[in-house]
Amino acid sequence: MNTVNPQEFDLGAEPRVSEAQRPSSQTMHFDEPLVLDCGQTLAPFSQAYQTYGELNADKSNAILVCHALTGDQHVANPHPVTGKPGWWETMVGPGKPIDTNRFFVICPNIIGGCMGSTGPASVNPKTGKPYGLSFPVITIGDMVDAQVRLIDRLGIDQLFSVIGGSMGGMQVLEWAARHTERVFTAVPIATAAWHSSQNIAFHEVGRQAVMADPDWCGGRYLELGRVPRRGLAVARMAAHITYLSEEALHRKFGRNLQDRTARSFSFSADFQVESYLRHQGISFVDRFDANSYLYITRAMDYFDLAAEHGDVLANAFKGTKTRFCVVSFTSDWLYPTRESKEIVQALNAVAANVSFVEIESDKGHDAFLLDEPELFATVRGFINSAAAKRGIAPAHVG
Amino acid sequence: MLRSQQPLQTTARVDHLLIAEMVAEGARVLDVGCGDGALLQLLTDTKGVDGRGIEIERERVNACVARGLSVIQGDADQDLDDYPDDAFDYAILSLTIQATLRPKAVLENLLRIGRRAIVSFPNFGHWQVRTRLLLTGRMPQTENLPEPWYESPNAHLCTIRDFAELCAKVNASVERSAAFNSSGRQLSTRVPLTVQNIFGEKAVFLLKRRSAY
Repeated sequence: MNTVNPQEFDLGAEPRVSEAQRPSSQTMHFDEPLVLDCGQTLAPFSQAYQTYGELNADKSNAILVCHALTGDQHVANPHPVTGKPGWWETMVGPGKPIDTNRFFVICPNIIGGCMGSTGPASVNPKTGKPYGLSFPVITIGDMVDAQVRLIDRLGIDQLFSVIGGSMGGMQVLEWAARHTERVFTAVPIATAAWHSSQNIAFHEVGRQAVMADPDWCGGRYLELGRVPRRGLAVARMAAHITYLSEEALHRKFGRNLQDRTARSFSFSADFQVESYLRHQGISFVDRFDANSYLYITRAMDYFDLAAEHGDVLANAFKGTKTRFCVVSFTSDWLYPTRESKEIVQALNAVAANVSFVEIESDKGHDAFLLDEPELFATVRGFINSAAAKRGIAPAHVG
Repeated sequence: MLRSQQPLQTTARVDHLLIAEMVAEGARVLDVGCGDGALLQLLTDTKGVDGRGIEIERERVNACVARGLSVIQGDADQDLDDYPDDAFDYAILSLTIQATLRPKAVLENLLRIGRRAIVSFPNFGHWQVRTRLLLTGRMPQTENLPEPWYESPNAHLCTIRDFAELCAKVNASVERSAAFNSSGRQLSTRVPLTVQNIFGEKAVFLLKRRSAY
């Protein structure tokens, strides 16, 4: 099955590069080509993934967690590069709302990503070099099609739930639209059925920052042993602002100065908020591949579930059997409540089983990753009542 | 505005019990203005319904979802248009119609979405209301309608007779109706409408669309 020889092209000891090519996660290899929305095929390809908990005998307790733009498969374990806790440890784990004592949780790295699934930082077996910009442009639908292969290989007919926030929520919607019979419940959080013009605009700023960095080298930086650090850091800084809210920034930093009592009359990071953003940018570069950032933001920009269904969003869910729980946050201006409501309206139009909760938070889009008790209560209640309907045994303790 | 008027209760309300009696086993039910989900829970527990709710107040929606009910945040005046025809066996509007902006449009939507509609409402024709208005010359405040006019969420109060007329206007046939007096006892169904309209404090109507719309 394994047609990629990871030893062939060693691009250095940097953890970022080695995780992309030799992930510390389980990895599944696929030889049969994946036909992409752009018309090209991807073959062979790999998906790195983490699992938590145990699959029950009738394979009815599997939950697929879909990660966001800069997330990865390390949802509930320390990150192998940064050593930080998993990105959703508040949500996934023993006794958590997504209880790994009860459910079998699967989180794959998306294709196009850089934590072990095939992406632009992977070695193209045909050339022996990293794909770089020769990697085909992928879509959210392509990511989901790849995940379907993984779920097939695990022998799971129906996922008990597909859950994710932001771009993860887009995958949830795509799963429900393309494979309703395989999705018992769907929980799209802080997301939208299409990417807005404003969101595309922010992504374009990020991509231009990466491509303007001379170390980007037309996308061939890996081959040339360089890293477009400044460009990717600026992209991350700009994007990070969109994940917060004005209120959250003001509460956290105000106009406070960083390690000084007076303005320096220079362009060093006088303000705490500048220092914070610089830190966000720099630490991101250590764990993320710049080309992956270009490809994944593009996939999000292209996402438009209505366009895929004759410009009528409701058509995407016609005849759906899936139970939905849509969640938005009051201060999320990147994926505002209005856009979640459009999803709910489409689901109502086909008489789908849908719950919708808007959670009050001043933390902006990032709220879905943070300590939001109301989010946890919502997900826990929804999951538990659906699990009872699906006949999944309660968590075994000890 | 759409606001369920009832505080959280542990014992089932009499009108809820009557509604539960009207609903068939295992039916698909939409409860518009479902509040804290008490009626949905009752219908789920006693009739095994496939229930959905709409509620305008965020905290109540979240509480409903957290207890496992399928509820969305929404508004009867705006969000009912999204539902297809005959999506539910019963569309229920419990003590909410008087708080809607367009009661006629809401009722028409209920009759379109549900094969049957169940509507309960406070009766503005109750003798206490009549006497207070007559004797004080002010908007009546009663146990059932406690807020002063300027703080009440109720925009369109009506009497049992008014509601029966609206039903005729929107081409709904009344399959069943019941009124409760102020101590929560159901008035005899043999009592004529005129008398129900005096002694009924709340009323519940089971309606069916008379013809195609």
